[in-house]
Amino acid sequence: MLNAEKRKTILLLIPIIVVLIGYVLYPSIETSIESFKKDGVFTFENYNDFFGEKAEANLEALWNSVWISLLSVFFSALIGIPLAYIFNRYDFPGRKFFSSIAIMPIVLPSLVGVMAFMYLYGEAGLVPNIIKDLFHLSEVPFSIGGISGILIVHAYTMYPYFYMTTSSALNNIDPSLEESAYNLGANRFLVFWKVTFPLLTPGLVAASLLVFMVSMASFSAPFLLAGGFRVLSLQIYFSKINGDLEMAATQSVVLTAVSISFLLFMRWYQNRRDYRMASKGIGAHRSEVSNPVLKWFMVVIGILAMIVLLLPHATLLILSLVPEGGWTWQTYPQAFNLENYRLLFENPNIWDPVRNSLIMASVASLGVFVFGIITSYALVKRKFFGKNLLDILVMIPWVLPATVVGMNMVLAFNEPSIFSFGKVLVGTFWILPLAYFVRFIPLVVRSTTAVLEQMDDSIEEAAQNLGAKWFYTFRRVVIPIILPGVLSGTLLAFVQAVGEFPTSVLLYTLGNRPISIEIMNQLRMFNMGQAAAYGMIQVGLIAIVMIISNKFFKVKTENAL
Amino acid sequence: MSTVNLSTITKQFGSVTAVKELNLLINEGEFFTFLGPSGCGKTTTLRMIAGFYYPTKGKVLFNDKDMTTIPPEKRNTGMVFQNYALFPHMTVFENVAFGLKVRKLNRSETKKRVEDVLQKVRLEQYIERQVSQLSGGQQQRVALARALVIEPDILLLDEPLSNLDARLRDEMRNEILRLQRDYGITTIYVTHDQVEALTMSDRIAVFNMGVCQQVGTPTEIYNEPVNDFVAEFIGETNLLPVTIEEETEKEKVYRNNDLDTSIHVNNSKVNIAFYQESDELLMSIRPEAVQISKEDISGENVLKGEVILVQFTGASVHTYVRLNNEVTIRTTDLNEGPSTYLTEGTKVNVRLPANQIRVIPKARK
Repeated sequence: MLNAEKRKTILLLIPIIVVLIGYVLYPSIETSIESFKKDGVFTFENYNDFFGEKAEANLEALWNSVWISLLSVFFSALIGIPLAYIFNRYDFPGRKFFSSIAIMPIVLPSLVGVMAFMYLYGEAGLVPNIIKDLFHLSEVPFSIGGISGILIVHAYTMYPYFYMTTSSALNNIDPSLEESAYNLGANRFLVFWKVTFPLLTPGLVAASLLVFMVSMASFSAPFLLAGGFRVLSLQIYFSKINGDLEMAATQSVVLTAVSISFLLFMRWYQNRRDYRMASKGIGAHRSEVSNPVLKWFMVVIGILAMIVLLLPHATLLILSLVPEGGWTWQTYPQAFNLENYRLLFENPNIWDPVRNSLIMASVASLGVFVFGIITSYALVKRKFFGKNLLDILVMIPWVLPATVVGMNMVLAFNEPSIFSFGKVLVGTFWILPLAYFVRFIPLVVRSTTAVLEQMDDSIEEAAQNLGAKWFYTFRRVVIPIILPGVLSGTLLAFVQAVGEFPTSVLLYTLGNRPISIEIMNQLRMFNMGQAAAYGMIQVGLIAIVMIISNKFFKVKTENAL
Repeated sequence: MSTVNLSTITKQFGSVTAVKELNLLINEGEFFTFLGPSGCGKTTTLRMIAGFYYPTKGKVLFNDKDMTTIPPEKRNTGMVFQNYALFPHMTVFENVAFGLKVRKLNRSETKKRVEDVLQKVRLEQYIERQVSQLSGGQQQRVALARALVIEPDILLLDEPLSNLDARLRDEMRNEILRLQRDYGITTIYVTHDQVEALTMSDRIAVFNMGVCQQVGTPTEIYNEPVNDFVAEFIGETNLLPVTIEEETEKEKVYRNNDLDTSIHVNNSKVNIAFYQESDELLMSIRPEAVQISKEDISGENVLKGEVILVQFTGASVHTYVRLNNEVTIRTTDLNEGPSTYLTEGTKVNVRLPANQIRVIPKARK
């Protein structure tokens, strides 16, 4: 009977392995091979071109990407950690409300967020111009663009990673640890630096890693704001557009290598020490602010932070009400109406991208839903040889920057292969759903794994003991228990797929162009109103998903990120 | 109902032997307990009977039917897990009905049987509750009902009471016994709690390090342990190393070097365990069998000592008597009022009755 168990495991593993090899490993390998080719001949010339003197542009882009990412980590931490500390350790009026606002940047898809920032703080942006008019200045006092723009957008969109990890780490610290430090005679400062902060480090390391990788991969911000400034993710796109696939492949390999080395470095750092809590059962631990001056000072900070955090959302809403031609050379928009939304539903040309995005995201989500359940189940509940390897394979798309995933797809499926059933996928409808699927495998697998790990093995054993066969148990017991977690992960993948830009821009065709591409087109035509209306659809979808997850599944969606 | 026959079962996990050459015959309708410290192989054995593990060597038979490699869902055993393993997404009714649904019973029959069994465990008013709304003791009873409702051939209980507080544990102990007698099911109960084992079982198997040390009724296990592990694990005891001095038909005389004295023991099966020439020997005497007195006592095995500690536990009084620098004897007496308590420092006489001593070999490693 040992064999029956083994057979089941193998049957589960076959589809998983086929999918992972076909759509994750094989495309990555294709890209690596391509990077060593020049005119069909094996050579190191591409790398020579990259690192050699001939093409300074690439090295410059690499260097820019790295230091922009490091600065992004720094600024995100600078905002996220203090905010988390204040909101989790002190009690003052409105604390709960402010802390729920603090994660709002997540609700803004990257491309839409960058666009809102442009119209908010850019050269022709609302804030600089309002200040100029208020104080009768001859020039706008400041405007973002280029490097500063990228950094500010990064800090805004990525600080929630620090905020969330710090918050959860703070809430997981056993209060008695700090209390015992006080009891031993340490002052506040010493307790923070010697006890609290060291306990936060694993979370902070994880957040740094995440922010670094996300900003290395960041595409939308440089795409819209960089001007002449070069970053690596953008260089890949330019190489591809110019038809230099070999160079694009080389750049992809280098970008991936940097991300992975950072990941490995952080893993190594994390494993040097053990920070696990020895104690169980943790109570809430907040000190009430009794000093009225301090209390209101914190409330003011909360309100200010709220305004800054919600301005982009508000801008997007306002912009979406500006009809075409309603804001051209004037300082402020001239007309407001619902024209953009009307067009969205009446003009099939304008509705098409929305429909495309919804269909492709649905297909991809359905795929990751099924694949995620099977893969997580195999990883958590089954024993087999090579589990670690499978785990790594699953997480590859998480480490790969979106642009690289896009390039992998281009290079793997621009010619027939067995994994595409002998067809060329590039230039067809199916390439984008496939890319989205690959992109969001790790997200769904991780959220499913989290719920499966909480499910004790004895639950399945109990069902079996009562006479249920494996498949019946899986259908009637396992799936219902894990469904909320899986669904919230899948929904999150769905909304992210709807807004996905970097892979879309590399792979779209006119027939299946998704929302993000149409936003870009509308921006090119200076029709920011229509672009913002598209953006609002995405924001609305994300908001709905978060509400559904919180209310019905009792799952905090943001935890899956 | 079935008998369970384990014949020379061995289970290895990698290079670790969890259970070694175990032979057991569990009778029909018997309440049989696996007792031992954690990691002794008792749960592994239970899981082999349930079918979650397959033995590396040996056979599992139910009523002479070979079940060694039958998958768990075809064994018709009812198992109660340590953490209850209730299905969190189902109500009490759905949990209990699960096994019947799998057996494709019709709806009305299912309903009737679920209601019956819930009445037996006194939970009929909670039938529509979500299991998360129940207390620990109630969840425990749902788990029991779920295992009983399928009318299993064998009921398997894996430390079912370890998650309950002391008072509830007492109550559930009686509850489980009552249900087992009602249904008359062959029951295998795993525990590390000797009180549970002694009070509930028809027979007990004592495990240590993957080896079954002794099988017997509670009184046999307590009064006639086969080696020092069993003597020490079940109840309290005083152990002293001894060597044989002389043997007559009526008694054997042993020598303890620490006390530099001879100890007389009745030459009977109750007082002398089976041992081999090469075994190291120990004498064991339960604290309640030791007699102490401030007066002189005449007879064999009388020693002098000094009281060093008196512990009052309520029902009984423990008195520790130091005989010399190496040996301290623990004695237990029922509480008979303050006038009978000894004070620390009192010189006393200690008698080890020859018919209460048991000579046992050291357990082989």
